[in-house]
Amino acid sequence: MSVTFARTDTMPRASMFRGPIVSVLSVAGFLLIWFIAAEIAQSRLLPGPVAVLEYIYKESVHGDLLTQLGITLWRVVASFVVAMAIGSVIGLAMGQMPALNRALDPWLIVLLNLPALVIIILAYVWFGLNEAAAIGAVALNKIPNVVVTLREGARSLDPGLDEMARAYRLSPISKLRNVTLPQLQPYFAAASRTGISLIWKIVLVVELLGRPNGVGFELYLNFQLFNVTAILGYTLAFVIVMLAIEYLLVQPIERHSTRWRNKPV
Amino acid sequence: MTVLMGPSGCGKTTLLRIVAGLDDRFTGDVGIPPGTRIGLMFQEPRLLPWRTVRQNIELVAAPDFSEADLEWLAHAVGIADMLPRYPQELSLGLARRVALARAFATKPDLLLLDEPFVSLDERTADRLRKLLLEVWQARPTTAILVTHNAREAIMLADQLVLLAPRPTHVIAIETIAVPHAERDHNAVEAIHTDLLRRYPGNFSNS
Repeated sequence: MSVTFARTDTMPRASMFRGPIVSVLSVAGFLLIWFIAAEIAQSRLLPGPVAVLEYIYKESVHGDLLTQLGITLWRVVASFVVAMAIGSVIGLAMGQMPALNRALDPWLIVLLNLPALVIIILAYVWFGLNEAAAIGAVALNKIPNVVVTLREGARSLDPGLDEMARAYRLSPISKLRNVTLPQLQPYFAAASRTGISLIWKIVLVVELLGRPNGVGFELYLNFQLFNVTAILGYTLAFVIVMLAIEYLLVQPIERHSTRWRNKPV
Repeated sequence: MTVLMGPSGCGKTTLLRIVAGLDDRFTGDVGIPPGTRIGLMFQEPRLLPWRTVRQNIELVAAPDFSEADLEWLAHAVGIADMLPRYPQELSLGLARRVALARAFATKPDLLLLDEPFVSLDERTADRLRKLLLEVWQARPTTAILVTHNAREAIMLADQLVLLAPRPTHVIAIETIAVPHAERDHNAVEAIHTDLLRRYPGNFSNS
């Protein structure tokens, strides 16, 4: 009896602290700290949030901030798609074929430990300062992580469900869609989650080193001009884009694909 | 319905897996006509947790399995209210019922049941055995059930194959002539006593 009472009492309060309210408060807190720090510093090298937001607005309307964001975003998406496609095929194959795993494992370890900068420089040196080299270099930095994650996924496939699929003579496509991919979903989610953040950081380096446009190029330009407002403006603008992707794309997809999991008896 | 009965480890499950085509590490012949539809119930339910009960059943269903068939089957095994649920919301007993419905949804020519009611409490198991008989008698097919539970075997078998372990061999094939409907508690006990007298090794600890 008392348990029921306690539950009904805490439910509305608990739900108040769920949902978007907490996230909004958290962002507001960050902006406040930034604002106070800028007020105290009173320096050209630490502009406050208002100045940076003004810069973003001005550059979006009159400048080419949106174009540069778009270019960088396209590179992120392209590298992401390439890395996920190649990485998951190799990872799944390695997870299911021990011989292949033994053969490719040394390569994997080398790639995992090769610094991003080395790969980028070599890609530009060998393949020229072009778009394909840039995207290829970023993807190559991400592929080993995808391989490792999906290899783990392939190893964790439930042999019981596999037998069920064979006993009931499911077609390969039906088996992939209904039995295999749902089991790999958490591994795809983990690979994508770490993937997007890693990739966008590397894309900026690639742009800085060898592209005439994009957020990374703009950051480099403004670094030479010591324009911190612009640097923070570009950074913040892209962070907003990434947050939008996270909350409007990644999380809804995840909620949809794991809806079977969070239902209590 | 043929029931294979023997102690744990005598290869009952292996035999069933060979018949189901899940195990090809054997020598010999299994004569199953091509195109035979198989319905299989494992020791665990083995439902897809990310598919609803309805989707789990429809996924393996025969091409001519209709909505009416599904409703009849769901009512027959008592899961009509559970169709939109996910398997994790179900108790083991309910999940077993879904697995049973799934096995029948293929409209099987050959029904294979691998200790389908193991690790359930006796009352639930007994209810499910009766359900199995009801559904099976409405859609009779060749059925092979594997168990080490003597009373379950007696309740369900038309033909009872007694196995001995290591090296596995058939001790005897008993035909149980009493109609299923008349096998109440007393009849089962009577048959059990009779078998215990003739095969003490197989029925002593049950």
